[in-house]
Amino acid sequence: MRGLRLLTVTALSLALGTSAALAQKKYGPGVTDKEIKIGNINPYSGPASGYGQIGRTIAAYFNKVNAEGGINGRKINFISYDDSYSPPKTVEQARKLVESDEVLLIFQSLGTPTNTAIHKYMNAKKVPQLFVATGATKWGDPKHYHWTMGWQPNYQSEGRIYAKYLLAKHPNAKIGILYQNDDYGKDYVKGLKDGLGAKAAKMIVSEQPYETSDPTVDSQMVNLKASGANVFYNVTTPKFAAQAIKKAAEIGWHPVHLLNNVSNSVGGVLKKAGFENAKGILSTLYLKDPTDPAWKDDAAYKEWVAFMDKYFPQGDKTSSFPVYGYTVAQTLVQVLKQCGDNLTRENVMKQAANLKSLKLPMPLPGIVINTSPTDYYPIEQMQIVQFDGKTWRPTGPIMSGELGGS
Amino acid sequence: MSKRDALQRSNCARGQLAKPQVLLTIVALVIAVLLPLAVKNFVLFQLTLAMAYGIAILGLSLLTGFNGQFSLGHSAFFALGAYTAAIMMDRWGISYIWTLPVAGIVSLVFGFLFGLPALRLQGIYLALATFSLAVATPQLLKSKPLEPLTGGVQGIVIIKPDAPFGLPLSSDQWLYYLTLAVVVVMFTCAANLINSRTGRALIAIRDNPIAARAMGVDISLYKALTFGVSAFYTGIAGALGAIVIQFVAPDSFTFAFAIALFVGLVVGGVDSIAGALFGGLFVLFVPNIAEQVSKGLAGAVYGVIMILAIYVMPSGAAGLVRLVVSKVARIRATK
Repeated sequence: MRGLRLLTVTALSLALGTSAALAQKKYGPGVTDKEIKIGNINPYSGPASGYGQIGRTIAAYFNKVNAEGGINGRKINFISYDDSYSPPKTVEQARKLVESDEVLLIFQSLGTPTNTAIHKYMNAKKVPQLFVATGATKWGDPKHYHWTMGWQPNYQSEGRIYAKYLLAKHPNAKIGILYQNDDYGKDYVKGLKDGLGAKAAKMIVSEQPYETSDPTVDSQMVNLKASGANVFYNVTTPKFAAQAIKKAAEIGWHPVHLLNNVSNSVGGVLKKAGFENAKGILSTLYLKDPTDPAWKDDAAYKEWVAFMDKYFPQGDKTSSFPVYGYTVAQTLVQVLKQCGDNLTRENVMKQAANLKSLKLPMPLPGIVINTSPTDYYPIEQMQIVQFDGKTWRPTGPIMSGELGGS
Repeated sequence: MSKRDALQRSNCARGQLAKPQVLLTIVALVIAVLLPLAVKNFVLFQLTLAMAYGIAILGLSLLTGFNGQFSLGHSAFFALGAYTAAIMMDRWGISYIWTLPVAGIVSLVFGFLFGLPALRLQGIYLALATFSLAVATPQLLKSKPLEPLTGGVQGIVIIKPDAPFGLPLSSDQWLYYLTLAVVVVMFTCAANLINSRTGRALIAIRDNPIAARAMGVDISLYKALTFGVSAFYTGIAGALGAIVIQFVAPDSFTFAFAIALFVGLVVGGVDSIAGALFGGLFVLFVPNIAEQVSKGLAGAVYGVIMILAIYVMPSGAAGLVRLVVSKVARIRATK
């Protein structure tokens, strides 16, 4: 069934691609009849080296694609450099990829400050900065930055999804917000407020910011309880998320608890906060959680495990990073297939902005990838999930937090 | 270090430039001026950055190599210079040229003020105190009170300047020449400083503070001033770095960068002025070489290269050149 679907998608895209480039082959830099050069920048060393797994998964996936004959007969030459999450190094590596290696595009460069450092450069050079690995909202701005596109659900979209959920289930809620006082936290709060619309002012009873330099969020939690809020919107990074969950239990505050996707790692956050304290918390997911036993017999999950065993055996099969890398690599493969023989930078962006209801194996069932020339946010759907004391359980339908063509 | 050693070193620093050194400098300069005709803009960008790092390492060299004060916190002064330039250009719309002296002076003042209390600390204790500067800097840059100015975690994006007066140069070429000019001026000044009365006082403080005091050198003043001058150099380097990279963010100036400068200092030659440039090249290029050798073990390869460098050139690249030059001279003399 699924195989058939993939086949039709591929056939359709091939047809689209070939009709677009019917007459002749058109190549941008880094493309020949034999190969396509793709650049990438990942932190393989330094403070964020945990994310290095994403780059390794992508490399492994392209090995698989090449072993199976490549894309329209062309092999992918994946050149991935280390920037240690340091912006000056990112600039250097990006320039190396563009000016020395002459890649067709840079794919999945990771991090918000690092991508900000090359944002203007890539757009001035008109080189695609495709599917960047960060959830900031600013990557979907085609009017000003035609050559840059995000991939994962952005923070504002997620905020809107929580707003939709609240309006449907708790229309008279009194919301208390704890958020990290930076762009990431403010993005989440803005998403929620936009989603609530005119009701935001009435529903939100307290907003408590914290700084990453704060030792704890205890006083904020006490303030939130005192405000009489019965919904807790928890926009925190892992360390503070664990603190907040624990503190809420300690002071006997039991609101409807919405925890942002950034901190919904079972091992990294909920375990530290205590499973009994975390029971009942709501959050969002968009990819299948590889530790969830529900997927044990899922064909797509099995295929992913087979890929991991054959091409990336040293990878961590309990981590979400390889699932992420696998899925984003498949998205790029789809774009390149759609390009057919017209592999110019302009056409890559055109096709990246022309993904229509693309279904991939590892996102949650029902989640599709959609883009258009005015919509540079590929994934905008998520599912509300609830923690049952052991794992996240889906509750309710797939929801969309679409920002549209902003 | 033994007294004879010290004497030799100060003689070397004091003495007139030997003929082969003059020749070498001229050849290097000619190559540097002609280089943009031969290489890609990307390589020029790398070399420009390496020169900026070289200036920062020279600042560190004045402090550590010639005055004997350790610093593991020079990333802080580099950041100060970089942010001064970025804020002036982005927030106040001031031309990049003016940011260089201002960044230098701001850093000078901070360096001098930090140098005053640091006077009481010696050796590893001073190293630790300066290390705290390096650790604190990224967090301070992100902190709330400074955010309107520094842009917080997002940093500041600045626009790359084009060549002025309609010169037929790309902006990379222009920045390369600009940085080269700054290098020539700054290195000449440093050489003159070291060869002056002041320079001799600095070296005397390093080698024997008691004797220096007995000879009437005001140790506190000189030490604090050296801190200031060192920060001045590093601040200007930071401003250049920011202009070349077109972006500043707190994550650019972690303590790992302070250590990288220190590595460049040692590999280039602790008390060598020209060695600082070699150190800059090392800091920029060796991590890339290490990554090419092995992606998974890049850190280990970097370590091996560093150990080899120290083993082959125990007194840095400058020491090696010195050694070769004196050997050649000896062979000639015996002929």
